[in-house]
Amino acid sequence: MTTLTDKDKAIVKALWGKISKSADAIGADALGRMLTVYPQTKTYFSHWPDLSPGSGPVKAHGKKVMSGVALAVSKIDDITSGLLELSELHAFKLRVDPANFKILSHCILVVIANLYPKDFNPESHASLDKFLASLSLALSDKYR
Amino acid sequence: MVEWTDFERATIQDIFSKMDYEAVGPAALSRCLVVYPWTQRYFGNFGNLYNAAAIIDNPMVAKHGITILHGLDRALKNMDNIKETYAELSVLHSEKLHVDPDNFRLLADCLTIVVAARWGKAFTGDVQAAFQKFLTVVVFSLGRQYH
Repeated sequence: MTTLTDKDKAIVKALWGKISKSADAIGADALGRMLTVYPQTKTYFSHWPDLSPGSGPVKAHGKKVMSGVALAVSKIDDITSGLLELSELHAFKLRVDPANFKILSHCILVVIANLYPKDFNPESHASLDKFLASLSLALSDKYR
Repeated sequence: MVEWTDFERATIQDIFSKMDYEAVGPAALSRCLVVYPWTQRYFGNFGNLYNAAAIIDNPMVAKHGITILHGLDRALKNMDNIKETYAELSVLHSEKLHVDPDNFRLLADCLTIVVAARWGKAFTGDVQAAFQKFLTVVVFSLGRQYH
């Protein structure tokens, strides 16, 4: 399910080229939506003073998430090795249930569709969905 | 029974009152068939689904997309009884069409993305939450009669 073809990689890199300047905003929006649409995800952020969309912690964390995405794009030929450190972080320290990666991925796709409707055609959607699935798999690689 | 807030009811009615069924239905179904190609298994007699362009241009896909989207009107008109409203359709999808109910969730996600693409700024997190809650209830109801 997660082998990226050359076509997928080309599409993801091209799309990233277009959207990366808005990466921080995309991250903040996606994370805010996740916390609103899937309230159970708030359980991971009980240590934040403010969980509302657009708040300081949400914006900062959205930026962090998208820098992870940027890293994965740069290591698209071997995402598993490229994300080794992040995988260990999520496995041993954060212990986020991997089901939530799917949820956040969906929210990222919704934001990209919302901000870039013309670029986010079905083929781009398919390739980006595969890419985020690969990313999620790499993040949970060290879980057990 | 599902509890709906006033905001949720108003938002869902608003989304559908502004819905361009002829555009959104085909866009959602074709997107589902492209992004999740295994869903094509149910459309063996739909002709050319060979690549994304063929799927998007396929008139049978377009027509069926519109049919499916109008199928949501039933829930719209019976928001306090969605489970019962879809009982018959659930039996149909289970016993006659043999559709894996997980596919309803995939189509719902594609529909959310198509609406997000068309609504721009107005598609806030709260609007998305209401819309996805509505679709979740429909998806659950459609899978309810499987056994």
